[in-house]
Amino acid sequence: MAITPPQFLLHHDGDNVAVAMTDLEPGTLHGRSVKEGTESTAVLNHAIPLGHKFALADLADGDPIIKYGIKVGLASAAIKKGDYIHTHNMRSYRWEASRA
Amino acid sequence: MGSKSRLMGYRRENGTMGIRNHVIILPLDDLSNAAAEAVAKVIPGTLALPHAFGRLQFGADLQLTFDTLIGTGMNANVAAVVVIGIEPKWTQRVADGIAKTGKPVAAFSIEGKGDLQVIQEASRVAAMFLQDASGLVREEAEIGDMIMSIKCGESDTTSGLGSCPTTSQAVDRWVEAGGTVFFGETSELTGGEHLIAERCIDAATRDLFQETYDNYIKVIESTGANLLGSQPTQGNIAGGLTTIEEKALGNIAKTGSVPVIGVLKPAEAPDPKKKGLYFMDSSSAAAECVTLMAAGGAVIHLFPTGQGNVIGNPIIPVLKLTANIKTAKSMTEHMDLDVSGLLRYEYDLTKAGDMMMDVIYKTVNGRLCTAEVMGHREFTFTKLYISA
Repeated sequence: MAITPPQFLLHHDGDNVAVAMTDLEPGTLHGRSVKEGTESTAVLNHAIPLGHKFALADLADGDPIIKYGIKVGLASAAIKKGDYIHTHNMRSYRWEASRA
Repeated sequence: MGSKSRLMGYRRENGTMGIRNHVIILPLDDLSNAAAEAVAKVIPGTLALPHAFGRLQFGADLQLTFDTLIGTGMNANVAAVVVIGIEPKWTQRVADGIAKTGKPVAAFSIEGKGDLQVIQEASRVAAMFLQDASGLVREEAEIGDMIMSIKCGESDTTSGLGSCPTTSQAVDRWVEAGGTVFFGETSELTGGEHLIAERCIDAATRDLFQETYDNYIKVIESTGANLLGSQPTQGNIAGGLTTIEEKALGNIAKTGSVPVIGVLKPAEAPDPKKKGLYFMDSSSAAAECVTLMAAGGAVIHLFPTGQGNVIGNPIIPVLKLTANIKTAKSMTEHMDLDVSGLLRYEYDLTKAGDMMMDVIYKTVNGRLCTAEVMGHREFTFTKLYISA
């Protein structure tokens, strides 16, 4: 199974966030979904470290953030496709007091 | 691979199977730590388990301390126990609880004697226990004889992608081979608790799980606190995890695919005749959780980490695995398995599972894990509320 190491992974097709597999610089990246094995490319807008997330779609404040095919939080600001996503623009929907 | 590899362990008096052969010096309370640690110095090879509590606790909180102490002494990795307490009544209560296993136990109390006399008397017994334990030999063991526990820590996004799915492989293989596995971390199911509820084997188990989960979350939510930095931890956040829900789905990714057959209270041992995957109500703090699981009878623990948790336990090996290449390279002395190749597609999950099982077999058979080598022996009690 000689596969070029992906620069990003998403858990499921349809997730709207992806995870950086190395420290990444802005630009066009190649990645794949773990569950289905679908290969894709994405444009990253900011430099992000290994393990951090970026958006695969434009999101409005309050939109669900989907990872593992499941809602794992809400956008807490408008997010553009390719933007870095973390505590500055994403929050828990279960623990509403838990926010940056 | 399991069929051609032999497992060897220590069969205890009550039939349980251990993979280590510790003689422990167990203080009942914080006041007895000094004497217990002194005994372990006089008789090197015994192991003192100092801790911070045991005085003026009451009700369910006191019961949990007793259950933790007695369960630790009962653990199959323990050959014999010397209990030391400030006064005789609770000391004897713990010793009597452990003695139900049939293993050698002795109790000493300090009031009316002082540390020095107790150290002398306890050391004589500890010496005898150690020599006897050293004469025990390993015999052939089966996975069905042993309880494995799992809990992750300082997780990051690589945990849900690599180290937790690898752990899942081991969980499924262990249970399919007739073994028992504990998972827990009650608050860390938030956002994915329905996935666990759906895997409960029947309605009664599902209801008990949901009630247990709801009660724990009620306590957390009643504080109204901002948990960012606590759950997820600052380490989780540094590793790219943003919310409890995101962290929870990574956590759940390590629990295998087998049904959840029972719900255990903290430190509770399961019915030995009912083997399979159990949920244990527990804190998500690493040392608290592993201490409770060891008290419930786990003899080996799998600990996926992302950013590099260094936890160990005094009586059970805590195997650490990571899929974070930076952690694998920068913290080699704490890592038992590097599965970062999974994320580079150098091998598949089945192969990662094989690598995990190989480390488990070696550890069961006596090879020290990194936490044992590094002297990580965190023994940490879960406190339910204030003491009187």
